[in-house]
Amino acid sequence: MNQPERGADGDGTVNVLELRGVSKTYGLESASVQALAGVDLSVRAGEMVAVMGPSGSGKSTLLTIAGSLEDPTTGEVLVCGMALAGMPRSRKARLRRRVIGYVFQDFNLLPGLTAAENAALPLELDGVPVPKARAAGLAALEALGVAGRARWFPDQLSGGERQRVAIARAVVGDRRLLLADEPSGALDSVNAAEVMRLLHEACQRGGAAVVVTHDARLAAWADRVVLLRDGRMTGQTTRPPGPESLLPEARR
Amino acid sequence: MSVPHALLALLSEGPKYGLQLREEFEAGTGEVWPLNVGQVYKTLGRLERDGLAESDGTGQDGPQKRFRITPRGQDALAEWLRTPPDLTSPPRDELVMKVLVAARVPGTDPHEVIQAHRLYLLELMQQWTRLKEGEARDDLSLALMVDAELFRLDAVIRWLDAADVRLARAATQPSPPSPAPAPVPQLRRLGSRR
Repeated sequence: MNQPERGADGDGTVNVLELRGVSKTYGLESASVQALAGVDLSVRAGEMVAVMGPSGSGKSTLLTIAGSLEDPTTGEVLVCGMALAGMPRSRKARLRRRVIGYVFQDFNLLPGLTAAENAALPLELDGVPVPKARAAGLAALEALGVAGRARWFPDQLSGGERQRVAIARAVVGDRRLLLADEPSGALDSVNAAEVMRLLHEACQRGGAAVVVTHDARLAAWADRVVLLRDGRMTGQTTRPPGPESLLPEARR
Repeated sequence: MSVPHALLALLSEGPKYGLQLREEFEAGTGEVWPLNVGQVYKTLGRLERDGLAESDGTGQDGPQKRFRITPRGQDALAEWLRTPPDLTSPPRDELVMKVLVAARVPGTDPHEVIQAHRLYLLELMQQWTRLKEGEARDDLSLALMVDAELFRLDAVIRWLDAADVRLARAATQPSPPSPAPAPVPQLRRLGSRR
């Protein structure tokens, strides 16, 4: 396969995320640990990719590098076609605020703010006028089915509702790249699946997501599952056929 | 799947015709388990013979015959619901055999074999999940069945993960001095098949 330029896919559309030969080494010389070794990964708009692997396989490092929170030791990272290497700090910070949304394992909602205020926070921090930010926050809550909880505080919400607000905050203002690290936290399996369904829906609205999880049942929500081991990509699922292939002949 | 008891369950809602039973059975199992008409009438015949169901007694088989559950049928159904199914191990689980064999065949990397199965299982899980996402949202029976399938496949993947770790660990440890011929392993069911 020839290397696409500026993160462009074969058909000319720009990948939301592109990692090219990304390696990351922590520590110095004899005491160094290689967390990632030559990882190539492209994520198209609309696509949800799950990253699986045993602990210490480099999953979380991959996410922090994709989110521009850390620089790779070698290799290139492009977000929406823009190379992160050499980008001034201020521009990188702006990219993080406007393009990238994070969903954390423990939700990380601010307890003193209402659901609507939490959802609007990234936009307000980015300097968007408050009324406009609040309107966008409310729209995000609406899309996730928790508009009715807009004026509630995090401690008044159920675990499932809190995670919906956290996802609303991650997508608010039309951010394109969602990065999630074990996003279903301690939720029960039905609520955890719901979180994955919501992330998948967010992708279908035009975003892209990279979700790190150790749980195959959650990874199965993704369009593609990538396996990591000792910092290397050891395999990935190919685009699966439609679900109708599972049903007996009679039903097809 | 016990077809006789599933039919008894449908009859416990009220008297029904054979074709109706077939339709309701398929709808009630998310249409994943098809059932042919012959099977339905054969099963009904047996239920009648055993006194668990009775028909309108026109003496003629066919679509005009209506069936209802008997008190004995009610008891049999209640008992079946509470009787644990057979969960004993199959004698040879195919996937377990493959991994055991992979560990012994010279020139074969068992991790590669495990990885191939892991990817295949993940793809299957993706397909089941799509089915759940699409149709099963409004179909409780299908959602329950798909969940069962996903948990089963998940268990197989977890076993593969554990096998991967065990094999890696064994490879770094010196092998015992004189390996006696390995006894036939007593395998527990890992659920790679129904």
